Formats: sequence, structure tokens, C-alpha cells
Amino acid sequence: MLSRTADNLYWIARFIERAETNARLLEVGARNAMLPDTAGGNRNEWESVLMASGTKQAFDAKYGQAVERNVETHLFFDQDNPSSVASCLSGARENGRIVRTALTTQVWEALNTAHSELADLARTERSQLSTTDLIDWTLRTCSLIRGAGLATQLRNDGYDFTNIGHYLERADSTARILDVKYYVLLPDVAFVGSGLDNYQWRTVLRAMNATRAFHWVYGGEVNATKIVDFLVLNRQAPRSLINAADGVQSHLDRLAKNYGKRTDAQDRADALVGKLDTATTERIFDEGLHEFLRGVIRDVNALGQSVHENYLSGDAR
Amino acid sequence: MADNFNEMYENGTVRPPYQGLEAWARDMPADLRGMKQSEAEALFRRIGITFAVYGEGGSPDRLIPFDMFPRVFSADEWARLERGIKQRARALNAFLSDMYNRGEMVRAGKIPAHLVYQNDAYEIAVAGFTPPGGVFSHIVGIDLVCTGPGEFFVLEDNCRTPSGVSYMLQNREIMMRMFPQLFQQNRIAPVENYPTLLKKTLASVAPKKCDGDPRVVILTPGSYNSAYYEHSFLADMMGVELVEGHDLFVAGDFVWMRTTEGPKKVDVIYRRLDDAFIDPLCFRPDSMLGVPGLMNVYRSGGVSIASAPGAGVADDKAIYTYVPEMIRFYLGEEPILKNVPTYQCAKANDCQYVLENLPELVVKEVHGSGGYGMLVGPKSTKSEIEAFDAKIRENPENYIAQPTLSLSSCPTFVDEGVAPRHVDLRPYCLVGQDVNLVPGGLTRVAMTEGSLVVNSSQGGGVKDTWVMVGN
Repeated sequence: MLSRTADNLYWIARFIERAETNARLLEVGARNAMLPDTAGGNRNEWESVLMASGTKQAFDAKYGQAVERNVETHLFFDQDNPSSVASCLSGARENGRIVRTALTTQVWEALNTAHSELADLARTERSQLSTTDLIDWTLRTCSLIRGAGLATQLRNDGYDFTNIGHYLERADSTARILDVKYYVLLPDVAFVGSGLDNYQWRTVLRAMNATRAFHWVYGGEVNATKIVDFLVLNRQAPRSLINAADGVQSHLDRLAKNYGKRTDAQDRADALVGKLDTATTERIFDEGLHEFLRGVIRDVNALGQSVHENYLSGDAR
Repeated sequence: MADNFNEMYENGTVRPPYQGLEAWARDMPADLRGMKQSEAEALFRRIGITFAVYGEGGSPDRLIPFDMFPRVFSADEWARLERGIKQRARALNAFLSDMYNRGEMVRAGKIPAHLVYQNDAYEIAVAGFTPPGGVFSHIVGIDLVCTGPGEFFVLEDNCRTPSGVSYMLQNREIMMRMFPQLFQQNRIAPVENYPTLLKKTLASVAPKKCDGDPRVVILTPGSYNSAYYEHSFLADMMGVELVEGHDLFVAGDFVWMRTTEGPKKVDVIYRRLDDAFIDPLCFRPDSMLGVPGLMNVYRSGGVSIASAPGAGVADDKAIYTYVPEMIRFYLGEEPILKNVPTYQCAKANDCQYVLENLPELVVKEVHGSGGYGMLVGPKSTKSEIEAFDAKIRENPENYIAQPTLSLSSCPTFVDEGVAPRHVDLRPYCLVGQDVNLVPGGLTRVAMTEGSLVVNSSQGGGVKDTWVMVGN
């Protein structure tokens, strides 16, 4: 397969996943903002969302004040923000147009429909659109595009590159959403483990659409250790880090088998899965959740870089 | 224009090839027609067949108007057209092969040397080189108009990379999907094997150095090109990779494609890119679209390029006049298809005639295309004619003129019902080891009443084109 085609497929998947992450971040922010202002807690919930999305600097330069309306514009509509929902979906559609021949009609139509609906949303009076509408629309649209691919795409190497894109982006996004928690500085150590703390953790679950799943797996009580276990180490959770790492690993293995050649991308994927396999929640909290997540984000980036060099750049010989 | 030939009628009766359609159109209720029309538009938009107009900016997602009333040729009519088109395609290729080698036609005094060798489209870089099979132009698009029953004229030849064939195929697909009963009631020759034939044609001109199954690719300038849809459509239908310049590179004696499994050798490049852009080392150094070193590999027989660089010299409007002579000279046959009489303003006598008769003539720029920079005398105002008069006097070599033909028209769906609109035809002749022509082509239609300009860039539309099987 042409490297450029593989690259386009990979990025379509990453864009779709990233659009979804932004919608989920918006949800986290909106729910956290509904918490009563606690004594001394002067950090803004929306700022934590911007930090997690990795676009705080650009936001500050353009908007200044991190209030809901601005963050919503920035994360959803703003074409200047390369990872806004609008940018991601336009990017996915443009990539799709370029590799139109590598997509089934269903996938193309889903991408195309998203593009025209997005244009409609951008034309709609903002007072007519609630944050919830935008979040729901994004989640629905992303499911539709991914579902069309799952149901109809040929299971060739292009399918592997698509999935590698999805899983890498998902690993990155889960790590970032979890990391938001770190940025919502609790006003006082005494709050740790308090009702407020748990509320914020539950919001993370909610943003991952995983509240009910969590209860099925762990029973009633919600606490930080269980949530981290669920979203990092539990293979049952569809968005857990280990699940995402497994996904990348298995599709890279398929490629290696079909091409008859292994690269250091496979080695890195193995290492990442190994690291998560042997991790425990105690050790993660000992090391510091933030430090651990930063480490994973770095590993995921390095793995993405290696996939790029070995397959997508076309420079491999 | 009232007395032009309407292809549906002859002597007050419906011509046989149209008999199945006349009642169909007459009996179609207006609301059904409106419904079908929107259905067609939705289908086109969904498949993503859109085009962008050069120089107009704006959305690259514009639709070309599609008219549901097919244009029909009888089997006999087509048989003659087919012979004429193939004859012309063979002669044009023989001419190109000759002009880049001994130049016998020039030596014989049948065509002026300067028209060929000083032509901008003449590529000195390939002089002395004969591509596989001696074929330069592998896809020849010949634009035809009709003026009366069986009266066809060639308007121009397109030897480089004629576009529009995706419309021929998609128009048919959409008609078959919307009106299956029409295809059951009429015996219409299929066109759907065009991509297979195209691939066969391209594979048949693989270089000698290629052993095994030739790898064919389509080289596109990229997704912003107005014909990108067509490039990707053809790649898809042929099952070949659609590459951009940076997907290819030259190493050693061959051209390679960058793939996820490492480099793969490429044998035949169907390029949809102008000569000037294909190799920055040989042609325009600022081109980012081409492949550095491509021409060296080409000249040493490591890769075939379709159409061959330099093929454009055969479709120049000044060379056009000599095509009937080419047919006589190379094939020893009489031309089956007529040329439109053409006055070359470069010749003093012709120029004088043109200037005296501007209101009756169509004037075109020698190197123009797409219906831009032309004057349609009978449709122009006095000041437009005066402006052109001045332009011609200033630079006569740049212009040719032709009499206004009484173009035929085809029944076309318009707001008020069915009305005649002017049409032309572009069939796509494939030249490799064999010469092939699928029974059909692209019919373009001027959607405005009385208009003669059918170019899509100027609001023209398209129709499905039928060739009947048997009579």
C-alpha cells in the first residue's frame, strides 16, 4: 500500500478519535463547572480542560478568559485550533477525499455527512445550541464513522493502519483525560478522598461513558484507586490504556506477519504492553499518577513516531 | 438558429434511435421528473463527482448539471464515427512518432517545419526517442459536432490527457439506476469496460525492461486539482495506485513508489499532469508536482509515460488544419471525419478574410482551451467584435477562425418541459498495441437556449450517450 495512503487512513482515525476526545473534555469541564465553588479553590475547571487538551497557550493568546463559551468555541468550532472538533472532522474528511478509493462508500458518506452537518452547526445561532447538543452530536458522528469502517472496510493493511491510528490516539486521549484530574488542584490536602474529590473522579468516568461499566465491574463504591485500575489496567474497559496498547500491538503484529518483516514499532508496542501489564495501582500512586501518565503519553508518542518512520513516511527501505 | 438539426427528428418524424425515448419523455409527469432530477443530483453529490473551475476560486464541490434526456446514436451512425475516430487517432500517433524522428511529413513539404519545431508543445527533450509501440498519445479525446444527419465535424483533438471520461461512466451508472426500464426496452451498448480497456492499453505499452506484470499508476497533481475526482475514480476502477509526485522517486534506472512495505518499481505512469511539471530537472525547475529524474528513466526505457511527453504538439489548433493531410500521408486513406474549415490569422489572406467577416465567424486563441478567450461572432455585440478585431491585428499568429456551424441540438429537459439544446461529443479512443473505442462518449450540452458554449467551466451540462445495438 502507498505510504501516503496509509498515512491518510491513519490520520482519519486519529482525527475521529481526537474529535471525540474534545467532546469528552468539554463534558468533563461542563460537569466540573457545576460544582459549587469551594473555599480557596481558585483554579478554574476550564483551564484544566485546556491543559489536558494541550492547547492552553493557543487559547490564552486568542481568547484570554477561560469561560465556558470561549472554551466551547475553542474546542468545538475554532478552525484555528488544529485539534478542535471542527478541525478534526474537516481534516478527516479532507484526508478521506484524498484516499477516496481506499474507503468504502459507507465510510465516505459518513465523513461527508459529518462535514455538511458541521457546516450547518457553524451557521446555527449559538444560543440555539447547548453544550450537550454539541457533545452528543460529536459522539454520535464519531460512532457512525467508526461503525461504518468496522462493518464495511476490507481487512487489509489499510485496516491495520486505521486501527493503529485509533488505538494510539485513544491511549493518548485516555491518559490526557485522566490527567485532567491532576490539574484540578484541590484547594487543600484535606479534600483528598472527600466528597468533592470523588465527585471529580466520577466525572472522569462519566466523560469516558464508563459509569455503568465501572459499577458492573467493581460494585458500588467509587474511589480513585478503582477508577485508575479500571481506566489504566483493566482489559475489560474499552478505553483503558492497556486495551489501547493491546490494540496497537495486535495490529502491528498483523502487519509484521503479512509483510514478513518486524520493525522497532513492534518492539515498542510490546514494551508498552509489558509496562502496563506489570503495573499496579499502588505503584502508580507511589510514583505519582501525573508522572505515570506523562510517561505513558511519551511512550505513545514515541511509538507513533516509530510507526511513522517505518511505514508512513515512505522513507523505509 | 431555428433551422439547426434536432437529432430526434428527421422530415417531421422521430428518428428510429430516439423512438423509445420520445414517448418516455412525453409521458413523464412533471412531478416525477422533478423528483428524478433531485435524485440524480443527490446521487452525484453522494458519489462526490464535483469539479472546480480554474481561476474562479470558490468551492471545489460544484456539481456539473446533469440532463436526464439521453443522446442517442444508431448502430450505423456509430460504426462510421468509430472508423473515423480510430483513423484519426492512428494518424495523430503516426505524426507524433514521425515528428520526433525523421520528420518525413515536413521533408515532403506537407506541413510547415516552423509549425512543428517552433511549437511550444514540441519537446526537444524527447526528440529521437520512440516510446514503446511508437505510441505517444494513448488516450485521444476527439471533440465532435454534428450539423445534420450523418454530418460530423471534428472541432479539436486532445492528445494529452483529455478529461471527462468519469462522467461518461457515471452518467450511465446513474441513468441505469434511475430508469432501469429504459435499458430493458432499448438495446444500448455498454460502456462499463472502459477502465479495463484503459488498463490493458497502459499495460500493453510497458517498457521492454519490465519483466512480469507491469505495475501501472496514475500520477495526479493532487486533491486540489479540478479533475481529482476523475483521477481517483479511474484508479479505483482499474485497481491501481493513485500517486502524487512525492510518492515516486528515481533510483538507479527505475522509478519507485513509496509503500508501507518499502519501494516498489513502477512500469507505466498514466500522468494527469502537464509536461512542464513532470520532472523539475528536465522541465520547470519550480515544479513541486513532478518526479526529479523521471525523464532520464523514461528516455532510457525504464518507465513508460502516458501520454508521452511532447504529445501535445499534435493537438495544437494550428496543427489541427493538417490532420486530414496526416491521414492521407501516413495511412494512405481518405479522412472519414471532416475538419471544420479553419482560417489561420497567421496567413495574410486568411487574416484579411477573418477581419472582414468577424460577425459570422468563431475566433479562438491558438493555444486556448476551455472556451475561454473566444469570440462567437453571431452572438457578440459590436463592441466585443471591435475589441477582438484589435486583438487579432495586434497578434495575428495567436488566432484562428472558423465559420459558425449550425450545430445540432438534442432534446433536453428544461424548466418548461423538453426543448432542443446544442450538444457536442467527446469519445475517448484508446491506443496501445490495439486501438479501442468504447461505444459512447461524453455529450456536453449548452443548458442555455441558443448558446453554443458547452464547456463545463461556462455552465454547460452533460448527458448520457447511447449507442444502439442493431437498428
